[in-house]
Amino acid sequence: MVEKTIAGKSINVNEEGYLIDPSQWTKEIAIEMAKEEGLELSDKHFEILEYLREKTAAGEALSIRKVGKSGIADIKQLYQLFPGGPLKLSSKYAGISKPTSCV
Amino acid sequence: MKKFLILGAGTAGTMMANKLYNTLDVEEWEITIIDQYKTHYYQPGFLFIPFNIYTKKDVIKPKSNFFPSGVKVIYNAIDKIVGEENKVLLEGGRVLQYDYLIIATGTQTHPEETPGLKDKLWYKSIFDFYTIEGAVALQNYFKNFEGGKLVMCISEIPYKCPVAPIEFVCLAEAYFTKKGIRDKVDITYVTPMSGAFTKPVASKMLGDLLEEKNIHVVSDFYLERVDNDKKTIIAYDEREIDFDVLTIVPVNMGSEMIERSGMGDDLNFVPTDKQTLRSEKFENIFVLGDASNIPTSKAGSVAHFASEILMENVMSAIEGRPLLAKFDGHANCYIETGYGKGALIDFNYDTEPLPGTFPLPGIGPFGLLKNTKINHYGKIMFRWIYWHVLLKGKEMPIEAEMTMAGKKRV
Repeated sequence: MVEKTIAGKSINVNEEGYLIDPSQWTKEIAIEMAKEEGLELSDKHFEILEYLREKTAAGEALSIRKVGKSGIADIKQLYQLFPGGPLKLSSKYAGISKPTSCV
Repeated sequence: MKKFLILGAGTAGTMMANKLYNTLDVEEWEITIIDQYKTHYYQPGFLFIPFNIYTKKDVIKPKSNFFPSGVKVIYNAIDKIVGEENKVLLEGGRVLQYDYLIIATGTQTHPEETPGLKDKLWYKSIFDFYTIEGAVALQNYFKNFEGGKLVMCISEIPYKCPVAPIEFVCLAEAYFTKKGIRDKVDITYVTPMSGAFTKPVASKMLGDLLEEKNIHVVSDFYLERVDNDKKTIIAYDEREIDFDVLTIVPVNMGSEMIERSGMGDDLNFVPTDKQTLRSEKFENIFVLGDASNIPTSKAGSVAHFASEILMENVMSAIEGRPLLAKFDGHANCYIETGYGKGALIDFNYDTEPLPGTFPLPGIGPFGLLKNTKINHYGKIMFRWIYWHVLLKGKEMPIEAEMTMAGKKRV
């Protein structure tokens, strides 16, 4: 666990940069995190982040397929919004833990 | 008479029919198991068929061989569960009431979920080995195969038997070597995960093993579609991989009956308490095996370990006690690696596969995360154990709960 100051707020993240406590999340933190990795967040991005936070709070497991059926963006668009790894990246910016593919 | 219903007579359902029959008072309980098919497949054996190690005969037996004589058996497709009314509707209109219900309807492959997969190349140069038809078609294809690009691709997570595709490429490597055409076959392992396996220590060991065998690994590849004319698979991020022969793990989904019952998640798996194995929606419904959404492997070993926990909790529920037995997600998988050798992994919800010995600490005889001959014999012996011990719900000399004894933290 590492303590980090981002967007003027002190937060705890794991080795991979995921928030330990989702309640520390703010929109500003998401913007900063994404910016560090060269991505500028739009309203569409935030719709996805809000969706992920809602589903996680409700205890539901997430998959790219499921987010693709959310009505916000299909899987193809998810890859365009978060190039390289839609669910891994969006979960990070949404302040939730890294999705585990349970095998 | 009180009624206990089991939906699905695969590995999980058959084990539970035996356990319930041996435990419940048969004067008081009527146990019924329902399945639309009459043949029981030894599914771990499918993997060996393409390489002529097993034939179709080695992996099939009548389901009826494995039911205790006092259990009622109905061969009929299931329409849906009406949980609010404790009823199961069968196709054809028959209605069954229950006091307790176990859902063990497993997972099925759905190639039609991926555009272009079940198209003109299906069973011509595209094969699955998760069905008897696919395994046999691939066996015939390999007989005349003279070389080219063999691509093994996993379409979606979760899927049944997470190590099977790794075993497949290892066995293929050995098979083509033996045939003398290994230098003409290019083998690529394509996965939506970030490595050969999800958990870090095993992923490293298995990744190294594949590299040693000159099998290429392409990770983070999430399959969107198959182009039959160009013979390529295409990912959502537009990456493309060419193939001459494609072996595929199609999208896995729970039974459509679950969807009709309104009891599934987006892949028709039933939301289930991962410790008690009770349905999250109904107090008198339990879920065993691949049909549930619990975060562990979809594999027979998991169903076996979970069945012991489930049996305890079923008895608690019937007797009005709290459900105290807790499943830890224990899985135990033999991994065939070719040339008469195998590896073994043993893990649960919280502990990833680690190196060591199994089942006896320091002694074994099986080596965890090691590639040995004795592990291969374990897998070969297992077919006998499966038919004669496991399905009949008899005691196995391995604890349901995973132990750290014999494992090394890395």
